[in-house]
Amino acid sequence: MLPLLDAWLKGAVLEVQEYVRLQIATIRGALSRPFYFRDVVEQFEQIGIGSLTVVLLTGFFTGAVLALQTGITLDQFGARPFVGRLISASMVKELGPVLTGLMLAGRIGSGIAAELGSMVVTDQINALRALGTDPVRKLVVPRVLAGFFMAPVLTVISDTVGIIGGWLIAVFQLRVASSLYWTSVVDGLYIYDAWMGIIKPFCLGYVIVTIGCHVGLRTAGGTQGVGRATTNAVVASSVAVIAVDFFVTRLLITLFGQG
Amino acid sequence: MSVEASNTATMERPAAAEQPVIVVDKVSLAFDDKVVLKEVSFTLMPGHTKVILGASGSGKSTILKLILGLWKPDGGAIWVNGERVDTMRELELMKVRADVGMVFQEGALFDSLTVGENVGYKLYEESDSSLEQARARVEEVLGFVGLRDFIERMPSELSGGQRRRVAIARAMAAKPRILLYDEATTGLDPITAITVDEEMVKLRDLEGVSSIIVTHQLRDAFFVATHQAVRQRDGYAISPADARKCDEAEFIMLKEGVVSFEGNAAELRAAKDTYLRSFLS
Repeated sequence: MLPLLDAWLKGAVLEVQEYVRLQIATIRGALSRPFYFRDVVEQFEQIGIGSLTVVLLTGFFTGAVLALQTGITLDQFGARPFVGRLISASMVKELGPVLTGLMLAGRIGSGIAAELGSMVVTDQINALRALGTDPVRKLVVPRVLAGFFMAPVLTVISDTVGIIGGWLIAVFQLRVASSLYWTSVVDGLYIYDAWMGIIKPFCLGYVIVTIGCHVGLRTAGGTQGVGRATTNAVVASSVAVIAVDFFVTRLLITLFGQG
Repeated sequence: MSVEASNTATMERPAAAEQPVIVVDKVSLAFDDKVVLKEVSFTLMPGHTKVILGASGSGKSTILKLILGLWKPDGGAIWVNGERVDTMRELELMKVRADVGMVFQEGALFDSLTVGENVGYKLYEESDSSLEQARARVEEVLGFVGLRDFIERMPSELSGGQRRRVAIARAMAAKPRILLYDEATTGLDPITAITVDEEMVKLRDLEGVSSIIVTHQLRDAFFVATHQAVRQRDGYAISPADARKCDEAEFIMLKEGVVSFEGNAAELRAAKDTYLRSFLS
């Protein structure tokens, strides 16, 4: 039992050490030359534009179902007109960032781990190094920058379509006046909520992509290893999204109060 | 494998008069309890060929990765063009790698790039060459391996032999003086393998490239060691090598991480060692 625990602990410490080393190399790579601008643009397109459909659908239906469920509950207190306030606050502060994060973890985290993992097992990473290219600068930095900057953009889009989804349900099913809904949406939002909703996705995007890159670059064991790496990346980044969301929320509440 | 290379190697910088392009001195490597290489030593002179033979898992490919600085040895020293690579940091290694090309097992071509982009990768991404210069060189080397018409194709559209030849073209595009071939002919049919062998001979004899060939394909190893390429008015010709040329190709036999034989093709054929005989038969 003890040797097993010993091996597990050593493995865990090694993973953390390598993850931290990758982050240091990534930050160094982002701040110095050579900088692969074309790859950065390509990744912004792949991660940003490529994730748009899934984020739009998720945001829309989340807002719609939220209106549906809360409308019934609010009805019991005669507060149906306040449905917009509830939707905007929920989407902007919590559901938008977290659900967008989870979608990105599934789509980008898995994609990055599979792509880099395949490159590792087919010696393409070694070939890159042999050709004089630092794989971190060429592969990791563009993805991290794209994840870091595109996650907030996608979250804002998700929030917006979520509120629109809620509006459709509120107007056509709950029979709430459109003007009342939008007034309620604006009333429910404070500048503090907007900050919270925009700061969190930066952290989530960074964590999702760095985990995907780390897991992908440490792939071993052929095609079976690539499959394992992909699963691990999705599981780890999904859990990380929830955990980071909690800690960042806690930190922001500590820094700015309850708003 | 330890992350940091041992500094215990006592070898000094190779004397300038000898000018070997690669010196491997008492290099050892182990993964946990498994010893992969044990005090392996050899040198490679300019324009010469070193063929590393051995059974699967005997540490042949590992040597190439150590020479290129992709892995670090546990002990010993490795010199490439007079620079000690086993203690170098990744950034410094990039300069050494500029003069070394490597053909990986299965080619290791970049799936998302076309053949032309693969071959010209180093020129497009890591050099100051203009696009026109890079394109011209890509066409030249693809012509050298007989694949000029494949420039716009994707690697997935190529056969195994074509992938290897593209890998050779990629390795030679930036005109390195040293080429490392890792099982470049393994898994190929005999006709395609001979085509790849001829590319190796051409590069060595027509371009003056020093090479280390890792293989367990004896037929290909002997072909490269016993043939030479000669320039002619309308191209080149491959013919049996003369005695001097044959001496420039040396064989190393690795057995359980230890060099068990070193000599030319004739000496290898005449060897009496039981393991060697069983390997040759």
